[in-house]
Amino acid sequence: MNHSYELPVDEVSYNFAFLDEFAKREIRRSILKAISIPGYQTPYASREMPMGRGFGTGGLQLTLSLLGAGDTLKVIDQGADDSVNAVNLRQFVELTCPGTSTTERAAEANIIQSRHRIPEDRLTANQILVLQVPTPDPLAIVEPSEARRKIMHGESDYASLLTKLYEDIVQFDEIAISNRYPTRLNGHYVIDSSPIPRFDVPKMHQSAALILLGAGRERKVYAVPPFTDAVPLAFEDVAFRTEAFLDHQGTRRHCDRCDSSTSYLDEIMHPDGSHHWQCSDTGYCNDRCARRDSAGSGAVRS
Amino acid sequence: MGYVAIKGGGKAIAGAHTAVESLRTAEGDAGASLPLASIEHQLRLLTSRVLSEGGLYHPRLAALAIKQMQGDTLEASFALRAYRSTRPRLMETPVQSTTDMRLIRRISSAFKDIPGGQMLGPTMDYALRLLRLDLVDESPESFRKVSRQFIRDIADSDLPDSFPKVVNALREEGLLPPQPDRPDIPFDITREPLVFPVPRSAALATLARAETGSLLALAYSNVRGYGNVHPTIAELRVGYVPVMLPHPLTGEPTEAGEVLMTECEVVATQESDETDAPPVFSLGYGACFGHNEVKAIAMAILDRALQKGMQHGPESPSEDPEFVLLHVDGVDSMGFANHYKMPHYVTFQSEVDRLRTTQEKDAAHTPAQGVES
Repeated sequence: MNHSYELPVDEVSYNFAFLDEFAKREIRRSILKAISIPGYQTPYASREMPMGRGFGTGGLQLTLSLLGAGDTLKVIDQGADDSVNAVNLRQFVELTCPGTSTTERAAEANIIQSRHRIPEDRLTANQILVLQVPTPDPLAIVEPSEARRKIMHGESDYASLLTKLYEDIVQFDEIAISNRYPTRLNGHYVIDSSPIPRFDVPKMHQSAALILLGAGRERKVYAVPPFTDAVPLAFEDVAFRTEAFLDHQGTRRHCDRCDSSTSYLDEIMHPDGSHHWQCSDTGYCNDRCARRDSAGSGAVRS
Repeated sequence: MGYVAIKGGGKAIAGAHTAVESLRTAEGDAGASLPLASIEHQLRLLTSRVLSEGGLYHPRLAALAIKQMQGDTLEASFALRAYRSTRPRLMETPVQSTTDMRLIRRISSAFKDIPGGQMLGPTMDYALRLLRLDLVDESPESFRKVSRQFIRDIADSDLPDSFPKVVNALREEGLLPPQPDRPDIPFDITREPLVFPVPRSAALATLARAETGSLLALAYSNVRGYGNVHPTIAELRVGYVPVMLPHPLTGEPTEAGEVLMTECEVVATQESDETDAPPVFSLGYGACFGHNEVKAIAMAILDRALQKGMQHGPESPSEDPEFVLLHVDGVDSMGFANHYKMPHYVTFQSEVDRLRTTQEKDAAHTPAQGVES
């Protein structure tokens, strides 16, 4: 062992956006390929990031490869900006990407990294949404071998996936997939829409914003390019259904804070045992509350 | 009203970091910070493991990672890997030869007499696992004496440099297939993702960085019954491999440093190809950074199992390249297991929605049942 070698304390300083430039360029190339073939799971040499695999390293690598000076980033987890993991990722970007800024308002961001949600407010063509993906392949639930799944995707052979949906209907009288709903892009590849609720899947269809999906552990990138058809798998006689948020009388629940009755809601159990409902998208909810407060009136029903 | 489920995430994270640090320093006034050199040497097998699973040969940084991660091998290896992501690739070394390894230990369980002889070296294989109570209160004097004594007592002639390799002797006798003339260009798993089927070099690289326990479990499954590699260790060697790089001016191979490695070659049951070639033994290869014999042996067994699976189709989990190679990485598997601790409120809400819907439908289909008496 070479004992004369000093610990490179001064070397433990980091490049802009942490990754070395070659890595970022490689990721950008993979992104371009993913955009060119909507829904195709483009393999890339995912790097280890300083946060756990499964904590959004795939999304983060996409974000870091895209960020440059002047960009504004919003990071959300479960719809919230102040969720521990969102805070952690945002702080990491603030630490390693000087010259970029972060925001909690979706409209101000040109890159939004999210886990499990698509923001309530419609995104624009000037924005990129980066979604974190644990399991990129929708066929994984019916076929464990990746080599065989690759062939099935190439042949657009989704018969076994449709059979799975059919079996759900036979067993439960309902398609039982709750999130990660399989969605067909541009009439060919079926993607795992990432663990967004079914509620968010229609937002992918003909989205003005580019949607990039990154799976770090599984080393895949795929994309929903702007203005591309994204159609959740369903049958002619059994339609795709989103979470309805109906109370026992069949009335749409609304947010306790901002009173929205069109947003995805978190169910919150209070210490007294009562159930309450609140927007999962905190940025959207805060904006509505602020507007209501500045209007000085009561609740604004949407 | 105005209840927010998660608030002040940043503050909570900072508090958690403080709590972790307070446990590291919990000895209080009686304690002292662990010097990195002590970790590197006194916990050398731990350092070895982290070097190998981290995929970065830097014993001092490995020691730092062990200290920072408070002895967690998975986390320490992970920290080294993450550090690695920040370094650009400056050059690729030519293929290095382990024949010139400066050995500290080499054994063969295939032959009693091997060229160069058996050399037990530093091993605990034949030590009784009785707790040594004399280490409880080891004085600095006795600690230092051990090392001084060892250096003084050993003759220079007892320190041979390198030995011929046992498998070369087997090759010369025609028991093993000849070595390919030109090694393939190795697959670089740090720059290319695994897309199956993958070449053997990709499998070897993946196994070399794999988590020791994961490799051991899968290799054990094979030799215990879920597979049929019957390995004999042709040679197990531990030593320092000189790293040869082309000289920047002359291009001549020049020794730039050395890395401690463990290498294992197992010979397994004979195999006849579909061709007319005579039957020969087959070989499994394992190698990793540091001194980690169980990892090298497990890797060699799995290499053999995977070669068989690649050629003839897998008959057991340990022969299936996708099954083995996609599940043995410590950083990947630990990360995914840990990620379940993160909030899943949105997806769980979505699952509750599905369950309530199907429950309601179920109740509507099933007529209400009276209480049987």
